[in-house]
Amino acid sequence: MKSAVVVFPGSNREGDVVRALKLAGSDVQKVWHAETDLPSGTDLVVLPGGFSYGDYLRCGAIAGRAAVMDAVRAHAARGGLVLGICNGFQILCESGLLPGILMRNANLKFICHRQFLRVERNDTAFTKAYAKGQAIDVCVAHGEGNYTADSETLKRLEGEGLVAFRYADAHGHVTQDANRNGSMNSIAGIYSDRLNVLGMMPHPENLIEDLVGGTDGRGLFESLVSSAARAA
Amino acid sequence: MIRNDVAITPELVKEHGLKPDEYERFVQLIGRTPTITELGIVSAMWNEHCSYKSSRIHLRGLPTKAPWVIQGPGENAGVIDIGDGLACIFKMESHNHPSFIEPYQGAATGVGGILRDVFTMGARPIAALNFLRFGEPDHPKTPHLVSGVVAGIGGYGNSFGVPTVGGSVGFDKRYNGNILVNAMAVGLARSDEIFYAKATGVGNPIVYLGSKTGRDGIHGATMASAEFDDASEEKRPTVQVGDPFAEKLLLEACLELMKSGAVIAIQDMGAAGLTSSAVEMGAKGNLGVELDLDKVPCREEGMTAYEMMLSESQERMLMVLKPGMEKEAEAIFHKWGLDFAIIGKTTDTLRFVIKHEGEVKADLPIKELGDEAPVYDRPYVESPRRPVIAPESVKAPMSEAEALLKLVGSPDQCSKRWVWEQYDHLILGNTVQTPGGDAAIVRVEDGPKGLALTTDVTPRYCEADPFEGGKQAVAEAWRNITAVGGLPLAITDNLNFASPERPDAMGQFVGCLKGIGEACRALDFPVVSGNVSLYNETNGQGILPTPAIGGVGLLDDVTVNASVAFKREGDAIILVGHTQGWLGQSIYLRDVCGREEGAPPPVDLVHEKRNGDFIRQLVRSRQVDTVHDCSDGGIALALAEMAMAGHVGATVTAMPEGLPLHAFLFGEDQARYLIAVDQDAAADILYEASAIGVPAVTLGVTGGDSLILPGEQAISVKKLKAAHEAWLPDYMAGKA
Repeated sequence: MKSAVVVFPGSNREGDVVRALKLAGSDVQKVWHAETDLPSGTDLVVLPGGFSYGDYLRCGAIAGRAAVMDAVRAHAARGGLVLGICNGFQILCESGLLPGILMRNANLKFICHRQFLRVERNDTAFTKAYAKGQAIDVCVAHGEGNYTADSETLKRLEGEGLVAFRYADAHGHVTQDANRNGSMNSIAGIYSDRLNVLGMMPHPENLIEDLVGGTDGRGLFESLVSSAARAA
Repeated sequence: MIRNDVAITPELVKEHGLKPDEYERFVQLIGRTPTITELGIVSAMWNEHCSYKSSRIHLRGLPTKAPWVIQGPGENAGVIDIGDGLACIFKMESHNHPSFIEPYQGAATGVGGILRDVFTMGARPIAALNFLRFGEPDHPKTPHLVSGVVAGIGGYGNSFGVPTVGGSVGFDKRYNGNILVNAMAVGLARSDEIFYAKATGVGNPIVYLGSKTGRDGIHGATMASAEFDDASEEKRPTVQVGDPFAEKLLLEACLELMKSGAVIAIQDMGAAGLTSSAVEMGAKGNLGVELDLDKVPCREEGMTAYEMMLSESQERMLMVLKPGMEKEAEAIFHKWGLDFAIIGKTTDTLRFVIKHEGEVKADLPIKELGDEAPVYDRPYVESPRRPVIAPESVKAPMSEAEALLKLVGSPDQCSKRWVWEQYDHLILGNTVQTPGGDAAIVRVEDGPKGLALTTDVTPRYCEADPFEGGKQAVAEAWRNITAVGGLPLAITDNLNFASPERPDAMGQFVGCLKGIGEACRALDFPVVSGNVSLYNETNGQGILPTPAIGGVGLLDDVTVNASVAFKREGDAIILVGHTQGWLGQSIYLRDVCGREEGAPPPVDLVHEKRNGDFIRQLVRSRQVDTVHDCSDGGIALALAEMAMAGHVGATVTAMPEGLPLHAFLFGEDQARYLIAVDQDAAADILYEASAIGVPAVTLGVTGGDSLILPGEQAISVKKLKAAHEAWLPDYMAGKA
């Protein structure tokens, strides 16, 4: 699989996701935000975590309009895989690739902690390696991860099974306590209509080794690599 | 608008923080009355913060060398060799006064400044730590300061993209009017690719990089060198505003430029901005510097030479470039959207010449401004000795279980989760031990090595006995690194004290430094960088003497380490080190008995080294994976922390002989560790210890869901944890 990790000014978790992709067996290239084309043969585009453009104006708003995003939108329109993590999720919402928006956390503070997610479906390119309903241990690190959408959009996301992950406890129970940023319906990540674009606030790329806390994040990258292999 | 020919009056000199004799010395030096720009420059260079004039002769007593030290104090940061062609570059610095006035920006720019110090030398920052002290919880300003400082540290570090992995937070009324915000940064570089401030070559271009210059922070360093009074908050306009996004771009641009081979010398614009950076580069290289301020990128119109030379706008750098490489350098900076301007050149005149709008605004001898600034040997008195408190003389006002429950939920000993969850401590994916343990551990690149990092000092010990307190600060940092399995290599010190013009405060400074020096020598733990912050007092009330120590240690194999959490049921709990039940200046005496009295525990550095080396060898040989040092709150608090971290209880059966139980459990004797090991291995370890004369005794066994102290009611781990986790969030929510 060939992955392209887009680097915006202010991106800061691009190295983390490059490491996770390589560990799963992907070729990885970094792409500067000012580029207008993706490397040829790109299977997966990743928008990494960070504070693109300092999160000034509104998280992801400026990056959503960067030159490279036209190429990303075209890639998604062709059915290509796109993964946005944290700031990348915010950028996907700002660029029109995913609905809704990420608001300030309910407690108005940046929070960084380990977090369990419930895997809502395992029939997508991103989650094949997990079981449906499995609780996976990852981490969050964000100040604006409070997923918010109008009721129509929420209804559609729920109705069409486009919720990818929800904040949960260690047993996979979706509880109010587990939803620390206050997201609607405890939503931690969502898919596009065609299931080829995933935006998520938590960081699976930081839980890929036992030494630094666990390996539950690996499944996402391994799913992507095996999906791309099947598609090829 | 400040004209350059404004008359220099004694009032103006005083406003610039110069004493009459210092001003006289300056006039003698240049042979005429200075211009206002020159007065501004000298005030910036000769203030305490930049010149170390009161501290310098005492700093000379610190050990700064070891075979692994590549660069000791005097540069932007210290550098040590960690093998495999890699160097660790680190430093700690204070931003106390700005943080008191404007907590968010003060703390944020403190973090920004220290990160810049580290990447100025060519290192990519891989970890940040901090050391924070606030006033008493009941003081009306305290919650606001805690909230702002923590948000500021997080706001800057999180956006910049460095994990904040460790630190220390405490409260005391002596910081009511003068909080402490010390930030530490740790970076990695190739050991043959380190960059220094020393300029070389005559006629080489001096380049300005980064953000534009504004009117913020003018005289920040002078403010940092004065005591506070009630009007200090009016100084808010002198606090700078941080832009972590600009700093992140500056980091990437600087590292890219350094790789290109274009950089001869580099200095960040920190305290006293353009003045200090330019003077240091010239003075260190025995060269003159000529600057043309018309070329300086400015954010505001009509800035005068005086303002430009004293601005402390953030995220700026000064470099001496190799001639002929200007175009290449400019292209890199423009790619990152940052300003780049050639604003001057090196000369062979040893003069610091400032031109603006066709006029010479300043023309001063550069060496005398820089490394030949005035030095004082301030008078000092030694702190009076305090009596040793006999353990038997302290009566227990409550049961041991009640005392422990009180302490785990007290402001100083409670969980600081509320703080460190606001810091991204996981970014970069190398954080092996997160905040809350003895020392943080970060993996070096893809391994196998790791760094153990900690910040420590016990200010109440330092006040009661500056010499022993100074020793203890170093020993505790050394012990925390040892407890996780690290080999302690070097420290950075952040020396926070009251006014050096008061002989008693100066005596605390001198005493602590002697203690620090002695411990560093005995433990092979040299000082490679640091910062002196004096005048930490408000309305004549000084802070507790607080020489914060930032320690760095090395793990050869980062996968072989120990943590505080109990990991299994049925492990033997062994206490390593000698216990005599020292209650003087203990947390028990202060927070349970309400007495701040006595001499602090003495530190026997020979025992310290022997016991620590024993523990480290146990961790490194994989015999032990559970270690906690005994510090504040003694054995009892250490046991509680181990139980809470592992969700495993323990039963203590050993009863002390000839010692009250509370002195045994809560005494703060030094050089001690608790370990938990498989019963089968325990006998071997006890034997090994006795063979080399290390005191070691079995205290009890892990297991169950409660902590049971001898003859006491069981306390459930759940109850301990609830008390431990509750205080800070409740307090910040206005409930405590």
